[in-house]
Amino acid sequence: MLLEKEVSTQILCDHCGEVCVEESLVFEEKHFCCIGCKTVFEILSENNLCGYYDLNKNAGISLKSKNFEGKFDYLNKPEIEESLLDFRSKNINKATFYLPGVHCSSCVWLLENFHKIRNGVLYSRLQFLKKELSVSYDPEKVSLKEIVELLATLGYEPLISLQSAEKDNKKDVSESRKLLLQIAVTGFAMGNIMLLSFPEYFKLDLENNVDARYQAFFLYLNFALSMPVFFFGAIDYLKGAWRSIRDLVQHNSKILSVDIPIALGITALFVRSTYETLFLHSAGYWDSLAGLVFFLLVGKWVQMKTYDFLSFERNYKSFFPLAVKVKNGTSTDYKNVADIAKGDTMIIHNEELIPADSTLLSEHAHIDYSFVTGESEPESIWIGNQVFAGGRQKGRAIEVLVNKEVSQSYLTQLWNQDNYKKEKKVAHTQLADNFAKYFTYITLAIALVTGLYWYQHDVSVIWPAVTAVLMVACPCALTLSMPFTMGTVMGILGKNKFYVKNQEVIQLMNETDTLIFDKTGTLTNASKQEVVYLGNTLTDEENQILKAMTSSSVHPVSKAISNFLGNNPDEIGITIKEEKGQGISANHKNHLYQLGSDYFVNVPIDNRDNTARAWLAIDGEIKGFFQIKSGYRENWKQVLNTLKSRFGLFLLSGDKNTDASMLASEFEKTHLFFEQKPIDKLNFIKDLQEKGKRTIMIGDGINDAGALRQSDIGIALSEDSQSFTPASDAILDASVFEKLPLFLNFSKWALIIVKLSFLLSLVYNFIGVGWAVSGKLSPVMAAIFMPLSSISVVLFAVSFTYLVAWRKNLLKQM
Amino acid sequence: MQVIILLVIAALVVAGGFLAAFFWATKDGQFDDTITPAVRILFDDSDKSKKGE
Repeated sequence: MLLEKEVSTQILCDHCGEVCVEESLVFEEKHFCCIGCKTVFEILSENNLCGYYDLNKNAGISLKSKNFEGKFDYLNKPEIEESLLDFRSKNINKATFYLPGVHCSSCVWLLENFHKIRNGVLYSRLQFLKKELSVSYDPEKVSLKEIVELLATLGYEPLISLQSAEKDNKKDVSESRKLLLQIAVTGFAMGNIMLLSFPEYFKLDLENNVDARYQAFFLYLNFALSMPVFFFGAIDYLKGAWRSIRDLVQHNSKILSVDIPIALGITALFVRSTYETLFLHSAGYWDSLAGLVFFLLVGKWVQMKTYDFLSFERNYKSFFPLAVKVKNGTSTDYKNVADIAKGDTMIIHNEELIPADSTLLSEHAHIDYSFVTGESEPESIWIGNQVFAGGRQKGRAIEVLVNKEVSQSYLTQLWNQDNYKKEKKVAHTQLADNFAKYFTYITLAIALVTGLYWYQHDVSVIWPAVTAVLMVACPCALTLSMPFTMGTVMGILGKNKFYVKNQEVIQLMNETDTLIFDKTGTLTNASKQEVVYLGNTLTDEENQILKAMTSSSVHPVSKAISNFLGNNPDEIGITIKEEKGQGISANHKNHLYQLGSDYFVNVPIDNRDNTARAWLAIDGEIKGFFQIKSGYRENWKQVLNTLKSRFGLFLLSGDKNTDASMLASEFEKTHLFFEQKPIDKLNFIKDLQEKGKRTIMIGDGINDAGALRQSDIGIALSEDSQSFTPASDAILDASVFEKLPLFLNFSKWALIIVKLSFLLSLVYNFIGVGWAVSGKLSPVMAAIFMPLSSISVVLFAVSFTYLVAWRKNLLKQM
Repeated sequence: MQVIILLVIAALVVAGGFLAAFFWATKDGQFDDTITPAVRILFDDSDKSKKGE
């Protein structure tokens, strides 16, 4: 064993790579920053799993200030355990966990070798991007609680929330699988049909008996191969068009879906080719049909791509705990949060969330409502008063009496609003709507005119000419340019840490005119704190003592104050006592120094207010207080200034109006709103929308959830895109906040590019229709012309998008 | 020249076999997660990683 106390260079923890601040713990000649990290190493080395460190140096997750004792006890309760299991039988159970800590290949290796650490675990598989671990285990040898505790000890604490008990994500997997199969079948048919059509392209000699026999064989083979293309590959377009026509006839909607012209083209191709095959024995347009459907499906696949590792659909259930400790007479028990009823007494520990509106039974509590209101400072609550769901207790465990069920609570009511009961309406953008409408009508008009013309001149040409018009006019190139452009834009934005939920959001972004900001956590940065001291001026000695007091504590407020006080080289020997979550007291030269909450320092009731400050008292006499504010993001003024020219700007904050004067320089005075409750924010946006505004809401917390949902577009700002964000349409990484105007501008360009490629494909359609009306469109021409136009439009759209991104310096990080 | 009919059918059967294989792979979930297997393949099977140092 080796103990190094003083070293000139910094020692890095061999597990997590953090600097070992105090003296490092040493085990087998390796250094660790805390007991947690050392424990993990011990577990791994005992089980011969140190390969973990060979894959990535310092791969581990810091375990400082983590305490899991008793945290997962509720998993011992059978009903709760049951709700988490995917599968249950006598000797094998299966469960899936979400592990936010997963970050590198070492994680995959360790977690998939989990069975070597704990006897009874049979099998574990990790889905890296989704951070989901599926575990099978023998319930007779190991319990779910033990598995979860071990995962937590290793640094991969599973996130178990009220939502974990609901399994509903199987559906989208089957949808993407179906599309893959459709592409495969259509691609298979397309390749073969084109190959079998080759003789036709080179003009068979039909006078020759041998060639004629082959022709029939190729023809019927093509016909057979096309069946799955039409009835399996293209089925969704046909169904979509049918639904749209039905809605139109029943006056349910006035929107013509873009599926209609597509289905029209596909059906025209199919009917005409069938007719030619069966009655004329000439090659139909099977190759064009297969090619068309194939390209359409590929476009759809591009459109469906999203970010697997992000979730855009979270509600309060993702944030609320699964179980809570409940007092049952004299003993305590765990109860599923969904089953909490009026009259239950809950016990809430430090840092735990209160799941239902209740009355405080303990004498005093410090509740952090930042989750609900956005107000960053914890509130001081006394016995007999209300505490609301979503509040987080700071400090000692408290007892509360439930007076409303979880789903009826103040916060959760938001989700019972009407707009949550139905799915958020898929954004029908003006562009796509108009396009489908005009395109369908114009196509039908041209077909009609063509038919009438040939009726007067040569009746035999009506059928080939009209079907050819419908075939060529099929907006394949048009429908491809949209997904490919938007898909490219989405990819580039994603690389720049702005994650958009789907392509419609980009289109919709260009139709908005109003931007609404939240303040706390959005314009301000929670991790950037500013400290203000108000009160009697401090002497140097007092300064030193305060520095010593605060630097001894790990509480975030103490840390902030300690930084604020600056460096004081002289150490003074004092005895310091800290009461967790309350305050610090110290004795120096027979004087008592106290720093902490109003309750701790005994501030007279009159001077107390609900904002928590760190009060300073010497010998019981109050000297002043420290107030901590979060600082504004860098360049926030510039960002707002740039956006001002294009958008109306509003600010909705849950905070008090202390910063109003500062914000007034960027917002119009009448556009600033403070002390807004979540429901106020939602209604405010509803009002704006009723006045005809189209809105983008930018917020970060669950307190903005209602507004984010109500707004045409909700952008959730996140300090770390891996962490939890409320349901939204887009997630913006806080580090690129200043690029927001650039992103909005880029999406505007995306729309221009789409319009340009629309124009290009219209030129193609014009040429094609020109051939078609004259009745001269041969199968070979169609087979070459249609894919060529599609591919060239896609190439144009993608390369133009990259060009714009390059000019805007958006490609640098790639 | 009759053989061409046989050849075309044989070719279709072979390609159809691969299409069937693709169906099986998709339904088996092999395309649901395309990242983790790429990471997984880099690991050594043995537990003797210490000896390598």
